[in-house]
Amino acid sequence: MSSVLTSRNVADVLGGITNGVIYSLVALSLVLVWRSTRILNFAQGAMAMIAAYIGFAVLAPSTNYWVSMAVAIIAGLALGGLTERVIVRGLYGKPEINPVVAMVGFLLVLESVAAAIWSTTSRGLPTPFSIVDWQINHKPVALSPFALYEIVTAVVVMTVIALLFQFTKLGLKLRAAALAPEVSRLLGVRVGRMLTLGWMLSSGVGAVTAVLVASNYFTGLTPTTMDGVFAFGFIAAAIGGLDSPVGALVSGVSLGIILQFVGDYLNSNDIILVALGMLIVSLMVRPNGVFTRSAQRRV
Amino acid sequence: MIRANGLSVSYGAVQALRDVTFTAETGTITAVLGANGAGKTTLLRTISGLVTPRSGTVSLDETTLTGERPEDIVRRGVGHVPEGRGVIAEFTVEENLRLGAMISPMSLRDGLNQQYEWFPVLGERRKQAAATLSGGERQMLAMARALIAQPTVLLLDEPSLGLAPLVTAQLMHTVSELCTTTGLTVILVEQNAKSALRIASRAVVLYLGRVVADDTAAVVAQDDQLRQYYLGMVKQ
Repeated sequence: MSSVLTSRNVADVLGGITNGVIYSLVALSLVLVWRSTRILNFAQGAMAMIAAYIGFAVLAPSTNYWVSMAVAIIAGLALGGLTERVIVRGLYGKPEINPVVAMVGFLLVLESVAAAIWSTTSRGLPTPFSIVDWQINHKPVALSPFALYEIVTAVVVMTVIALLFQFTKLGLKLRAAALAPEVSRLLGVRVGRMLTLGWMLSSGVGAVTAVLVASNYFTGLTPTTMDGVFAFGFIAAAIGGLDSPVGALVSGVSLGIILQFVGDYLNSNDIILVALGMLIVSLMVRPNGVFTRSAQRRV
Repeated sequence: MIRANGLSVSYGAVQALRDVTFTAETGTITAVLGANGAGKTTLLRTISGLVTPRSGTVSLDETTLTGERPEDIVRRGVGHVPEGRGVIAEFTVEENLRLGAMISPMSLRDGLNQQYEWFPVLGERRKQAAATLSGGERQMLAMARALIAQPTVLLLDEPSLGLAPLVTAQLMHTVSELCTTTGLTVILVEQNAKSALRIASRAVVLYLGRVVADDTAAVVAQDDQLRQYYLGMVKQ
């Protein structure tokens, strides 16, 4: 048993899951916004980065990790709501290129602002758990307490979002506002509020993701911390289907595992090529995403 | 009682409604008839707040609805079943109904039971995705979803569109019964003038956005000129 857990392949799977849940969270953030407003939020990573800075850099370094995490989440929620109200609301119903340009522009603005305020020097964030891998019989297992914390956090966030959407009145209204805004208004749903809330939730998930990413010893927090992670999260969302939260979860984790094997058995420089190749193939075979389903008539 | 007073609506240079005035009395069915492009759908969308009139008002009893948002107008008791039904295909039957019930003064359980009693087929298919329903079932679901909010006025836009004659007859019968048993006021927009006039007590005929007739359904049904020129009904 111990030899299995310490084997190279199992190490790749565990490392892949740890990276993959991060991609899943980014993908989930994108899906939440896409489902409600049909806008691809290219600034999502940068918004998450700002929230992480507010949580950790603004507060004193000695601040408790969990307090800082909570502040980052609140900052993320606020930034999401503000972005929807101030920038995005005027883009509804406009040509598709308008929100793309606006959100790419917003990404650049946020990264520049962060660099101006906090500089581009990487800041190491405190980690609540050890980043040293566990060992079995003096052989390392490719899993640390911090990696396990990342996985558990991602699972908890996704479960909470899933329960909210599937089993609460608010979730029903959020889904209805996204799928049929005009009909929802005729049923008394305040669609504007639901769209703002959708952006807040997405940005809150993003803030958690950015804190997890920045807490990683090798990454730290910089204005561009989320750029690479966002790219893989975006690929995961596109492969899974921008309408599918389940797709975000499964494709994010799958992508993480596949890329871990690529990095281990081929070359770490090939990772982005393989990811883009997977995206192209998936868009050719299932343009709407692997997990987007079509309803069958049943009488 | 719901009243439209001097409603005019324009879409750019196109005037969709011109000085439309009529009253739908409480507990009655008022049919709004006319050919394609007459302004029937625009009239309902203006009443429910989806379209803002250039001039004129809509009032429910003593309350002016004009200027209010659709989500507030529905809370005042004006339900709207839009053209094409507007059921959310990705939702189950019960999820569609739960959405409609959110502003209802009745408990969810009582509301659902009431709708399943009126439309038993929806009870049988409650866990089924709305996308899998037939056209008639979807229309029932759209009506039930509006009715579960306990409205006092129901705006029905082309409920017979795309339905078989038998299904249309059943639906019209249900609308008529609901009106009689609950005191609901119904404004029924229909291209199928014959079916609508059969259950309506009053009829308003629109032509290019203007009211060309506003009388009892019986009188409109007997008016050969109206039937021939505005409703496309050939004299038999």
